Amino acid sequence: MAEPLLCVKDLVRRFGGITATDRVSLDVAQGELHAIIGPNGAGKTTLISQLTGHLAPDSGSISLAGRDITHLPAWRRSALGLARSFQVTSLLLDFTAADNVALAAQAHDGHSFRFLGDARKERGLRDQALAALQRVGLAERAHVLVSRLSHGEQRELELAVALATRPQLLLLDEPMAGLGVTESARMVTLLRELRKEVTIVLVEHDMEAVFALADRISVLVYGRVIASGAPSEIRQNEEVKRAYLGDQHVVVRHA
Amino acid sequence: MKTTLNVPSAAAALVVAGLVLLPLYSQLTGNIFVLTLFTRIVILALAAASLNLIMGYGGMMSFGHAAYLGIGGYAVGILAQEGFGSGFLQFPVALAASALFALVIGALSLRTRGVYFIMITLAFAQMAYYVASGLARYGGDDGLTIYNRSDFAGLINLSDRVQFYYLCLACLLGVVLLIWRIVNSRFGLVVQGLRSNEQRMQAIGFPAKRYKLVCFVIAGTLCGLAGALLANNTDFVSPAVMYWTRSGDLMVMVILGGMGSLFGPVIGAVVYLVLEELLSQVTEYWALIMGPLLLLIVLFGRGGIMGLLGRFSRG
Repeated sequence: MAEPLLCVKDLVRRFGGITATDRVSLDVAQGELHAIIGPNGAGKTTLISQLTGHLAPDSGSISLAGRDITHLPAWRRSALGLARSFQVTSLLLDFTAADNVALAAQAHDGHSFRFLGDARKERGLRDQALAALQRVGLAERAHVLVSRLSHGEQRELELAVALATRPQLLLLDEPMAGLGVTESARMVTLLRELRKEVTIVLVEHDMEAVFALADRISVLVYGRVIASGAPSEIRQNEEVKRAYLGDQHVVVRHA
Repeated sequence: MKTTLNVPSAAAALVVAGLVLLPLYSQLTGNIFVLTLFTRIVILALAAASLNLIMGYGGMMSFGHAAYLGIGGYAVGILAQEGFGSGFLQFPVALAASALFALVIGALSLRTRGVYFIMITLAFAQMAYYVASGLARYGGDDGLTIYNRSDFAGLINLSDRVQFYYLCLACLLGVVLLIWRIVNSRFGLVVQGLRSNEQRMQAIGFPAKRYKLVCFVIAGTLCGLAGALLANNTDFVSPAVMYWTRSGDLMVMVILGGMGSLFGPVIGAVVYLVLEELLSQVTEYWALIMGPLLLLIVLFGRGGIMGLLGRFSRG
């Protein structure tokens, strides 16, 4: 088997007496869509934050494409091809949609210690931004201030920003959070397209979406991976059923 | 969209035109005082504009910006005292010393944010103040008299009121132009992005601290220029120019005029200092009137005077 794109080994992170990430090991193969599910408080966001470099693990290691990134800061991981979306929308609200995406493109186009030229008139960056916006269906909204976009549009913009960094690996932290039924359906369609191009780690509560999209699923409970496998295996897994899926109302969509 | 008069731009143009024509008025009416006053206003507007770069565009609330006024001033004063009268030496040294100071305190202060950043920049400026007070050789507390203004080898005579005024005005407009280019450049967008959402900027691949530090150094350097001009204007430099209330004055000018607007600090400086002058002629308790006036503008005019004017143009 080829070397996994993302390899997490024995990751531990404690907050006081609570072990939020408890010896988590995880392999994500090139090209797969790997979903991470788990009940509230299972430590999904803590895990994602360590993967992106916003939180330092107490022990364990993370490597991306064979390179140890455990102690690299967030911006350097981004340069190596790791992009993320935030669970709570985190955009530059006083910038336009196009500016948000163009900045992401700019971040990966050499350093930005250029003081004189008008960055908003740089064709290359604007074209990349527009392409990414088109990808998520926001091209017509390019020049609208982010604070004036709807919640659904902001979720899509999060994705466009991540894409504009031309990532190898996309970490999506609950991209459907707060979306309505139609918006969720659009997002699923979009992710189904994207997964052809880029490896994705998807943290999501929407079980319908997860089982429809994922190649593999890891189940996180109390900071521990209790099972990892294909969706059909996860459905059959007794421990998972007990810990999580047995909880009937979780299986039905709660969007 | 129908075209409406852009009130803030019109106001900025009006102020610039007024500043350019001021020496003419002074000459025609024989009112020398107004030229002296406005030379000082133009210099402090330059300092406020540099503060606006970090405060308005970069979101870095520096409460120690007057330190650079002192550093630029002392560079000129000390060199003059030691017999180096050339402006071609004094001004570059003033800028370099300010840049170096900004680099050191920026590298330390930018580890913190929010209130801590305000306090630490204040603390560094106060340190500079006490260091200057301790410079016995250069006047200590009493300050240092500069007997000869910077000498630019006949290119421009700083002792000529009108020439000096136009030099200051040219520096101000040059700096505003430079800041305009900077904020729209790649660098400027990064800095404004960091003000808006630093975590997001790091997630898309920007090393936040480096960009903030460079911005901090640029602002400090530009304020050092104001310091060098101010020392020439008063023929004197003393620790008092670095005192924390001076930093506060600069902040008030920026907030009054409009943070993050290009000409806001210029307008803020003009309004603040002219009001101060007029009110202090009426009563020695002018601050009692100035205080509530500032309060009103800050409370009801978010975005300062420029923000208020902007609302007019939107109707």
